Amino acid sequence: MTQLIYVPDDAAALSVGADEVAQAISAEISRRGLDAKLIRTGSRGLLWLEPLVEFATPNGRIGYGPVSADRAAALFDDPGHPKSLGLVEEIPWLKSQQRLTFARCGITDPLSLKEYESHGGLKGLRNALKMPCTDIVEQIVDSGLRGRGGAGFPTGIKWRTVAATQAAQKYIVCNADEGDSGTFADRMLMEGDPFLLIEGMIIAGIAVGATKGFVYIRSEYPHAFAKMTRAIEVAQAGGLLGRSVLGSAHRFDLELRLGAGAYICGEETSLLESLEGRRGQVRPKPPLPAIEGLFGKPTVINNVLSLAAVPVIMAEGAAFYRDFGMGRSRGTMPVQLAGNVRRGGLIERAFGLSLREIVEEYGGGTASGRPVRAVQVGGPLGSYWPPRLFDTPFDYETFAEKSGMIGHGGVVVFDDTVEMAKQARFALEFCAIESCGKCTPCRIGSTRGAETLDKIIQGEQVSENMLLIRDLCEVLRDGSLCALGGLTPMPVLSAMDHFPEDFAAVK
Amino acid sequence: MTIMLQKPPSAAWNPESVREIAERLKPLDGPLLPILHAINDQFGFVDERALPILADVLNLTRAEVQGVVSFYHDFRRSPAGRHVVKICRAEACQAMGAERLIGELEKSFGVKLGETSADGRVTLEAVYCLGNCALSPAALIDGKLHGRLDAARAQAQVGK
Ligand SMILES: Cc1cc2nc3c(=O)[nH]c(=O)nc-3n(C[C@H](O)[C@H](O)[C@H](O)COP(=O)(O)O)c2cc1C
Ligand code: SF4
Ligand code: FES
Repeated sequence: MTQLIYVPDDAAALSVGADEVAQAISAEISRRGLDAKLIRTGSRGLLWLEPLVEFATPNGRIGYGPVSADRAAALFDDPGHPKSLGLVEEIPWLKSQQRLTFARCGITDPLSLKEYESHGGLKGLRNALKMPCTDIVEQIVDSGLRGRGGAGFPTGIKWRTVAATQAAQKYIVCNADEGDSGTFADRMLMEGDPFLLIEGMIIAGIAVGATKGFVYIRSEYPHAFAKMTRAIEVAQAGGLLGRSVLGSAHRFDLELRLGAGAYICGEETSLLESLEGRRGQVRPKPPLPAIEGLFGKPTVINNVLSLAAVPVIMAEGAAFYRDFGMGRSRGTMPVQLAGNVRRGGLIERAFGLSLREIVEEYGGGTASGRPVRAVQVGGPLGSYWPPRLFDTPFDYETFAEKSGMIGHGGVVVFDDTVEMAKQARFALEFCAIESCGKCTPCRIGSTRGAETLDKIIQGEQVSENMLLIRDLCEVLRDGSLCALGGLTPMPVLSAMDHFPEDFAAVK
Repeated sequence: MTIMLQKPPSAAWNPESVREIAERLKPLDGPLLPILHAINDQFGFVDERALPILADVLNLTRAEVQGVVSFYHDFRRSPAGRHVVKICRAEACQAMGAERLIGELEKSFGVKLGETSADGRVTLEAVYCLGNCALSPAALIDGKLHGRLDAARAQAQVGK
């Protein structure tokens, strides 16, 4: 029987040598004349083990990692190889997860539509095709799915607005700008299971009456862009996209667009401006994109993970999805654990997991071996959390009560060498660099704020300058059109409030 | 439709191919960014002289085209070095010593962040997250992503 061997073709895995490992394995297969086949997959998300090589066995796949190219040949000799991890599915880090969205990622060949289907793909779309459009929308409403891009707005409600708005042309736009530091789930999904996103977008199109979709991918993700390009070609050839979706009366076309290195283009109205070929400046709301969006037409704009949750909901039912989670946070959240952490990667679990479980149990503490001092949750506009608040459960409302946000689910770990005044300064600097320029506090105030923090760091008139920062944060919060200016106070104030000792005086 | 990506610049300035690219991609919905990417990829930067051609083909004012080009970090106004190192200085990479690494690279390449070395060998630029935050520090070197990067490995890449 042909021995199947799996090596990820995910950008993170490639960044630590997965291609070189794959080449070494292919060379060894020919050298030994083995009946073996190498299959490139996405990543399982156990990123500290990349490159993670898997061998199929009758009991399941056995993993080895991290594997280096010069040691790859030895995998063929030695079931007791020092890098052996045993059955991958039994690794507690993975086994304890609840993978609904990332069910196939790292397992299947991302560009094989056949494998996609044999692993449960297209079931949601087939169900949707049998339903009246309004029922699809109501399923999504009932599932409790909220936008995974950051704001947590109920996805079904947004779809309802677009469905109810009459227009000759409507659009589905997928926000794959994933600019938040500490996040990579959108990228992993596009590289590891692109048909899931495509299926989700088609279902959205059918639900609201849109026949065309765009995926706006940031230019920092060339590999994801290439994978999605191929996946769309395969989907077109397979009758999934185009004039007649799976032989139905529904048409759906999909195109990709590449961002151009502007964080603000992740903000939905800025993204639409960019798609239309203009400067990515934020539009005032109203009108909502759901009513007047891309090219002035009703537009669903959703994050990759929101759209990728849709096929599971349509396959298994709204109640199945809603049964995961806590409070008003329903379903699962792909948490991305990053920064100074021993075991970083993708953790998909029902909402409600505590920060402590994420950082200590999954993460295993810092990579440096020093104590954890802080985590930043929710990207560059998210709060810094001290360990004494680590019992906080991952839940939109609980996080908001404690002046934080879960955003797109990024958790960045820092050890005790972090200087929180510098982190606060960076938040303001980042705001200045990425501001679209429309609002004065965001454009100018952020630079003044960074200068003021420089003075604090140098120990100049610390208490007066701290007051200045607090005032500036108020102005930013109240005088900004969008959340870039409006939420920059979050990392700044959380650093000041939770780590006051770092702002005290010269160190 | 294909949008070119991450190929080494292949052509010297010529107005005909600028016009050809613009005409070819013009039928797209929202063609300006795809066109600018294609020009940036083909020539390595967006030459000032391309702007009036694009304005003409797309029926825009020159100022509009100029405004778009200047808004986005990706569109270069002058050629880059033979190697381009885009190093991440966002939070997850900071937590793993990105600032120190940047300092080391500035020293060894003899440039400041945002500059091209005098011999034209390397351009060092900041980016804010490459989606490789669990394997920090990260950089995109000549379009290829690197994780757990250190100065020696970065130097080896641009030494080639
Ligand atoms: C500065 C800024 C950056 C943003 N970046 C992203 C992003 O990279 N990806 C994303 O999906 N949403 C981002 N958002 C949120 C979007 O504006 C919007 O809420 C989201 O695309 C809606 O989709 P969802 O409901 O599925 O989350 C950003 C918002 C702001 C203010
Ligand atoms: S807050 Fe900043 S980024 Fe947002 S609209 Fe205003 S200037 Fe633009
Ligand atoms: S923060 Fe550096 S790759 Fe994400």
